[in-house]
Amino acid sequence: MDGTFFNEMYHDGAVRTPYARLEDWMRAMPAELRQMKQAEAEALFRRIGITFAVYGEGGDPDRLIPFDMFPRVFSQAEWRKLEHGIKQRARALNAFLMDVYGRGEILRAGRVPAHLVLGNEAYERAVAGIFPARGVYSHIVGVDLVRTGPDEFFVLEDNCRTPSGVSYMLENREIMMRMFPTLFRENRIEPVDGYPDLLRRTLASVAPQKCDREPTIAILTPGHFNSAYYEHSFLADLMGVELVEGPDLFVEGGFVWMRTTEGPKKVDVIYRRVDDAFLDPLCFRPDSMLGVPGLMDVYRSGGVTIASAPGAGVADDKAIYTYVPDMIRFYLGEEPLLQNVPTWQCARPEDLKYVLAHLPELVVKEVHGSGGYGMLVGPRASAEQIEHFRARLLRHPDNYIAQPTLSLSTTPTFVEEGIAPRHVDLRPYALVGERVELVPGGLTRVALTEGSLVVNSSQGGGVKDTWVLAE
Amino acid sequence: MILSVFHETRYSYDAPMRGAVQSLRLFPSRFDGQQVIEWEVSVDNGVRGGRFRDGAGDQVEGWSVRGPLSEVVVRVSGRVATEDLAGVLRGHREQILPAAYLRPTLPTHPDPGLRELANGEAAGGADALDRAHRLAEAVAEAIAYRPGVTHAHTTAAEALALGEGVCQDHAHALIACARLLDMPARYVSGYLLATEDGTPHEAAHAWAEIHVQGLGWVGFDAANGCCPDARYLRLGSGADARDAAPIRGVALGPGSERLDVTVAVEQAQQ
Repeated sequence: MDGTFFNEMYHDGAVRTPYARLEDWMRAMPAELRQMKQAEAEALFRRIGITFAVYGEGGDPDRLIPFDMFPRVFSQAEWRKLEHGIKQRARALNAFLMDVYGRGEILRAGRVPAHLVLGNEAYERAVAGIFPARGVYSHIVGVDLVRTGPDEFFVLEDNCRTPSGVSYMLENREIMMRMFPTLFRENRIEPVDGYPDLLRRTLASVAPQKCDREPTIAILTPGHFNSAYYEHSFLADLMGVELVEGPDLFVEGGFVWMRTTEGPKKVDVIYRRVDDAFLDPLCFRPDSMLGVPGLMDVYRSGGVTIASAPGAGVADDKAIYTYVPDMIRFYLGEEPLLQNVPTWQCARPEDLKYVLAHLPELVVKEVHGSGGYGMLVGPRASAEQIEHFRARLLRHPDNYIAQPTLSLSTTPTFVEEGIAPRHVDLRPYALVGERVELVPGGLTRVALTEGSLVVNSSQGGGVKDTWVLAE
Repeated sequence: MILSVFHETRYSYDAPMRGAVQSLRLFPSRFDGQQVIEWEVSVDNGVRGGRFRDGAGDQVEGWSVRGPLSEVVVRVSGRVATEDLAGVLRGHREQILPAAYLRPTLPTHPDPGLRELANGEAAGGADALDRAHRLAEAVAEAIAYRPGVTHAHTTAAEALALGEGVCQDHAHALIACARLLDMPARYVSGYLLATEDGTPHEAAHAWAEIHVQGLGWVGFDAANGCCPDARYLRLGSGADARDAAPIRGVALGPGSERLDVTVAVEQAQQ
């Protein structure tokens, strides 16, 4: 076992309390039973058809993401801390969005460089001056966290657009409960199955003012060719709302309407899983067939709520990430409860100099990229890969940030040889409407390859059920 | 001066269409240089949608037309009292910070030619306003007015290489150059009164605005070698021609589209 990484189950020669009961469970499971259960889990995932790649990472859309049966566990006290930190962050990110599309106080005050925001690809001039219902731009904030010690958590990145993967959180739990019912009797585990209802209530709470009855909510999907289509239909089903594609909707008289067999029905809130650029050909990409022509005029005149709002992505840009602690201080007057990973902006000459001199120790990421492709993990890279990246950095320093290689915590994971520690991260989902709320849990991703720190599903990552123990 | 405007845009289709949706930015800007006396926008057989003022201060209105339809006709008519403010957009309420207009767009993307133009004589101007004036002159010299040689998708770089173009090309080139000198710049669409000396130009007109510290947004019409005065009627702005288009629309269906535009801008009797 690698002693330099924090093992969430075994620490200082003892089993940490949250994992106490899992020790017996683990020891009592013979290899044959484990293999049988693993095969059963795989069959269940196949049957429900959950085969998409998380976070738009590409890869084979029909490939199952490996599910690891060994749960990842947090105590109630650990979770409370995370929950407060995430809520604080979600509030600050929304305050930032309201501000940069409004008066721009944080830019005028010089706390965030104006060009990083106003010159950003994700900044949408089209939504400037709009006051969305309850002042919320990002209704679902996925905060990616890593842990490096008993009390050390860091935010790796924020996802303010349409973070995916929540269906895994729900399905992982469902399958664990089916396969190991006794585990759920022996441990008091907080439920996560309230998520769809909480999401529905959150979206209903941000219906436009013009809506004077029970709001109609719809999920807008690009269609079944999209890698996350399963999640879109799964959520629509659990929430009891319509799943629609662009052509199912039209605008007339300042509202959005859904074609139904009983005639047009007004839609008040659209949870869209279509990217900004494709939402409305009159406002964004004119060649898009996935969106709804005229949608943005309805949105901007207060006839419909779009969750998350177009332009919300400017808050989760990797170049803006560095400033989130400043946002928390600026808008909330609080000290950040969750820390950022120290980050070097390669756009700054002095930072670039440091990064170039320390490439073998650092993780270098593309500012606008996602998913681990345009990324260098210094300690795991060959000399050739490092030189290749050095050239890319020198060509376009603005495109990159660098961070120290974090000693990601490990949790026990079932592997070929038995049970071994593997590195994990965590994505909880904050829902922002009338209130900011989370279900206790999230999606744990695990790097299944020994020693790997990359948890992305496209690079050999898997998922785990994530438990928060009741008091 | 009182300008009277009549503007009709007719989209005709050779096959029945299922419906059409439009986003119109056809309302005179509200600032010290323009007072609306009367103004009407309508779409034949259309249903009026939401109306709002966007972050750039432009009034926008959505319209839809139910199918089956064979044409969409947008009619604009009205009278506006204008005043010469030497191009300065005084008293215009908007929320977007000028720095949001520094990002290049596809048609205003800089190339070596535009860089050379921007960094030529103009860059040596005494102050920002002087630099903006010099840039406008340099663009006017570099691109001769000649209709028919460029089209809707011609970029600033292409027009400059060609050395000829229309007001859209002048505006795009000026915007690209201003942004290169770190001056926020945007595209403005509007109308222009026909000149008495018969100088050819387009009544549906476009020019550029450059943000000058201390003065705010100032219009520059490189095509006509001047700043907008009482003959100009401003409708709206954007990062480039497509972004500032007074009419954006789609019609759903198999038919191909034909566009006919009639614009008349006249000086009305007091």
